[in-house]
Amino acid sequence: MASRSNSVLPGFGLSLGYTLVYLSLIVLIPLAAVFVKSSSLGFEQFWNVVTAPTVVASYKLSFGASLLAASINAVFGLMLAWALVRYSFPGKRLVDALVDLPFALPTAVAGIALTALYAPNGWVGQHLEPLGIKVAFTPLGVLVALIFIGLPFVVRTVQPILEDLDTEYEEAAASLGANRWQAFRHVVFPTLMPALLTGFAMAFARAVGEYGSVIFIAGNIPMVSEITPLMIITKLEQYDYAGATAIAVVMLVFSFTLLLAINGLQAWTAKRTGRER
Amino acid sequence: MSGAAAALKPSGGHSAGRSTRYEANAATREPAWVKWTILGVSLVFFAVFLLMPLVAVFVEAFRKGWDTYLAALIEPDALSAIKLTLIAALISVPLNLVFGVAAAWSITKFDFRGKHLLITFIDLPFSVSPVVAGLIYVLVFGAQGWFGPWLSDHDVKIIFAVPGIVLATVFVTFPFVARELIPLMEAQGKDEEEAAVVLGARGWQTFWHVTLPNVKWGLLYGVILCNARAMGEFGAVSVVSGHIRGLTNTMPLHVEILYNEYQFAAAFAVASVLALLALVTLAVKVWVEKRAGAAGAREE
Repeated sequence: MASRSNSVLPGFGLSLGYTLVYLSLIVLIPLAAVFVKSSSLGFEQFWNVVTAPTVVASYKLSFGASLLAASINAVFGLMLAWALVRYSFPGKRLVDALVDLPFALPTAVAGIALTALYAPNGWVGQHLEPLGIKVAFTPLGVLVALIFIGLPFVVRTVQPILEDLDTEYEEAAASLGANRWQAFRHVVFPTLMPALLTGFAMAFARAVGEYGSVIFIAGNIPMVSEITPLMIITKLEQYDYAGATAIAVVMLVFSFTLLLAINGLQAWTAKRTGRER
Repeated sequence: MSGAAAALKPSGGHSAGRSTRYEANAATREPAWVKWTILGVSLVFFAVFLLMPLVAVFVEAFRKGWDTYLAALIEPDALSAIKLTLIAALISVPLNLVFGVAAAWSITKFDFRGKHLLITFIDLPFSVSPVVAGLIYVLVFGAQGWFGPWLSDHDVKIIFAVPGIVLATVFVTFPFVARELIPLMEAQGKDEEEAAVVLGARGWQTFWHVTLPNVKWGLLYGVILCNARAMGEFGAVSVVSGHIRGLTNTMPLHVEILYNEYQFAAAFAVASVLALLALVTLAVKVWVEKRAGAAGAREE
């Protein structure tokens, strides 16, 4: 490890000191409060809270819908990234810019807009209603909202890798007699795979914690369309701080695990493509 | 969310000519039906899931005409929500800007043990659910929290008051500037700064005249993203706000209240201002990428 004393640049102590103090005050100490508070519950009590039937139903919905939304985004996000890199079409710059919309649009705005579209009298809802498909105020509505917020994660992790991909590999594959599908399947796809998985994991992680865009369209029917973050809100509204904290611990442990997985995936992407992240 | 800002990194400014290059090359060209299927499916998906909600916001906002629209925006509760949103952003963005610069300086200009752990910690707020982000401050400053009794003895209100809203906003926007700056400053190395210092520049002079001009576009983009999130945050702020009309409602919370009261036109009117802010953010992003791309091309 090159030591910092070798550096002629000033400000190491000040900048690192400030970083650590600010990080501790804003993030680390408040987060620790969750774990300290939850330890005030006995294990049995903790277990009862986090395995209560309504809470378990919320895990099933949150994790199930998030996994499904991330999978759908992986497929369509890859296609969209491909279209943006490989094809030219009118309005391409606009589409490229608007892909980031879910990052920039406040979640509550997305939530009420999606609800207006998919409600039984909405633009989309009124055409689905006669087919017997109900989206708003059902788990399907949760899925729609989670697809909306997750899409840019996949497109924006795959797109730069696809742009950097040298065409000579595909040319080599073609000259060796591979058809277009074989070249994609055996040459392009393995290179994109780590990035695609990273985007998938990011979309999944974001979807599990998402609140604003979901609660309007979900309808929040107990045991049917209540997401896990809503369970925390419900407990807080009943002044059940210990219960809210217990569910928060479950969510935090899950997020941290996924964060580690994403870091691992990004390291893999960097190794596979020789790209610094 | 982890790496959201990293994922937003300028994607290398692809020029218009590049995609035609793929299509001119037989080895990278798909059969026409494959091309049109991919284009058709992905663009319909884009239109249904991204474009339609955006259009819906504006259509619903103007459904009852200009007068209703304007009335919804200049009504006192809306104005106080706008004011509180601006206050929250005006405090949290500068705080996280200073932090982002300090963190990026220490991480990219020096070597020390635990650097990767530090970067992971900086990313943490991205991977925490907004609801949990609000909850942690309730546990620290709320009536039953660590400092609750002390705060109530001294008559200081944080939770269900403006300071709590600011704190929650600072938390959710924490990584944005740092996340933009770290990869940028890492890529630029420290040779220029070292040369400046060897030639006798002071630390601040080096930063203002050498580092800052090199990273200004990335910095601006980080600030814009940070601001967009600060003004639009819903979940975290909702937990600590207490929803007191005219006092602790930000614009997104005001949208929620109007919507739940079935005042749809008013809700969408306020929402359309936030949607406009999002569009401006995206426009600035495109502009910054263009400038950064042009600057990069000049250096090469």
